[in-house]
Amino acid sequence: MPYLLRRLGFFLLTLWAALTLNFFIPRFMPGSPLQALRDRTHNKLSPAALEQMLTSYGFKPNENVLVQYVDYLKNMVTGQWGISIGATLGEPVTRIVRQALPWTLGLVGVTTVLAFLLGSLIGTVAGWRRGGRLDSLLPPAFVVTSALPYFWVGLLLILVFSVWTGGALPSDFNYDSGMQPAFTPAFVFSVASHALLPAATILITSIGGWILTMRNNMITTLAEDYVRMGRAKGLSDRRIMTAYAARNAMLPNLAGFAMSLGFVIAGAILVEYVFNYPGLGYLLYNAVQNTDYPLMQALFMLFTVAVLVAVLVCDIAIAILDPRSRERDRSGR
Amino acid sequence: MTALLVDSSTATGAPVRRRGGGLWAAVRGSRKAMVGLAIFLVFAVMALVPQLFTSVRDPNALQFEPGLGSSAEHLLGTTALGQDIFAQLVYGTRQSLVIALVAGFFATVLSVLVGVSAAYLGGVSDETLTMLTNVFLVLPTFPLIIILATYAGKGTLLVILIVLVVTGWSYGANQLRAQALSLRNRDFVESAKVRGERPSYVIFKEVLPTMTSLIVANFLGAALYSVLTAAGLQFLGLGDPNSISWGTMLYWAQSQQALQTGLPQWSLAPGLCVALLGVSFALLNYAFDEIGNPALRPVRSARKRRRLRARRTRAGGP
Repeated sequence: MPYLLRRLGFFLLTLWAALTLNFFIPRFMPGSPLQALRDRTHNKLSPAALEQMLTSYGFKPNENVLVQYVDYLKNMVTGQWGISIGATLGEPVTRIVRQALPWTLGLVGVTTVLAFLLGSLIGTVAGWRRGGRLDSLLPPAFVVTSALPYFWVGLLLILVFSVWTGGALPSDFNYDSGMQPAFTPAFVFSVASHALLPAATILITSIGGWILTMRNNMITTLAEDYVRMGRAKGLSDRRIMTAYAARNAMLPNLAGFAMSLGFVIAGAILVEYVFNYPGLGYLLYNAVQNTDYPLMQALFMLFTVAVLVAVLVCDIAIAILDPRSRERDRSGR
Repeated sequence: MTALLVDSSTATGAPVRRRGGGLWAAVRGSRKAMVGLAIFLVFAVMALVPQLFTSVRDPNALQFEPGLGSSAEHLLGTTALGQDIFAQLVYGTRQSLVIALVAGFFATVLSVLVGVSAAYLGGVSDETLTMLTNVFLVLPTFPLIIILATYAGKGTLLVILIVLVVTGWSYGANQLRAQALSLRNRDFVESAKVRGERPSYVIFKEVLPTMTSLIVANFLGAALYSVLTAAGLQFLGLGDPNSISWGTMLYWAQSQQALQTGLPQWSLAPGLCVALLGVSFALLNYAFDEIGNPALRPVRSARKRRRLRARRTRAGGP
């Protein structure tokens, strides 16, 4: 248990660091939100109204920085994220975020987990059949795919499957624009067909890394004595592969998964931008284009929380798979 | 982008003492590394003397008929704005390569500084530095970069470089610390300490040379990260829109709807160049991974192995 408690402490510390960065970056950078807001409203609002909008997301130029900081932390944690000052002027940030969140979770979340599981599985088999056909073909191929820029793969897929086929697969938005969201087969089909190309983009570019690291871990693990011991005991190949080798080879991959989520989010932003997919990444792009500071703040916090939650889940998985991680604490390390 | 995740088990594996000469021999012996090096050299020549490859001298000037297909005169046609695509591609190499090498170099220096001193100093300094590394590891850097680039104004080359270094060092620091930890109590380090050598001597003359292959691998990883991230940033329009680089080309192609208006080569060609440069770093990286961890090397046929052994004995090597 202390292991998980320590990881929870790390969770809080990182969240605090992210929030603090979030607070200080706008305040130490050129370009003030006040000016941006004045430009956006074309000088039509009274200074008092402007001031009030700024205070609504914690920008109080007259207050002590420390007071501002404490207020800001309180607001961020309690979900009072203020009001958008971008293209969606006046709308609460929470509502904007709530509309975009499911699309990102559905597209990026599901695809990323799928890529990880599928990649680890393929890597397990490739490492197990060392020097087999799968093993000689896959690693070089995936060294190449994992170095491709996300957005470029997206552009390529759009060209081949959307432009060249005369629009057989849609290349933008989350469903056909004429439709009403409902649980009808037509709507579900529309959502699925719109998600197909962006999902393929993420899958193609991210699965290679998992296959490679899992294969390499498998090869290292298969040389261990406990694997030979399993063979000597006469266990079935399948059992040695899964319960002996893969279970151990998986551990560094799980830690790697947590670390690579930053890259996944980077890719997701670019993929959503390429496909005009109305998720959080696309929202961040728009917020940046419109210098919508409150929205940017909330989104950056959400991305951090998403990564941290995933890290915590990986930590829990490691604690379950690896008794040593629990043991280490008991011995007082 | 997950190619950056070098297998961490190599970091803790038994490191071999190896000097720079060993690296070159290892690159020559690996086909993957040679392919990667060849791609890199072609780009390096393009970056150094772009005049060799094209007769166009000002690739950003709107001097041609817009939207031409490929011809002998314009190898890849012209953009919707009337620039020669091939010339832009050639001249754009320089910035992408500079970003890769400079950001990769400084990020690696930072990782070595933080990682090795954390492992060497131990105690509270180690705890603090490790914590800092871990925080930077999980902070979602790309959104942070986007936000930083927005606040800093349109990203000039310098802004992009600084941002890439600040966000790109943590992965390497984590790995280097792990390997340096495993070295700390080795006999040759202990004996240097007993001899009464200064800590700086022990670190630079004893510990660091042993870590060469991992440091090179980290440099390649950081360079790959920088190329891809910079291209992504410029693609989103956060770079300097007047600079000549592959990312900026992609930005203009996207904003002029190149794919939909029958000029796919405008956006595919610079993307392919980014990808090729990325692939060259990834291939070199993969090869260095195999050098650090011989178990990962492809299984050689018996005949090849015999030939290799014969060559080695002739060269008088081990």
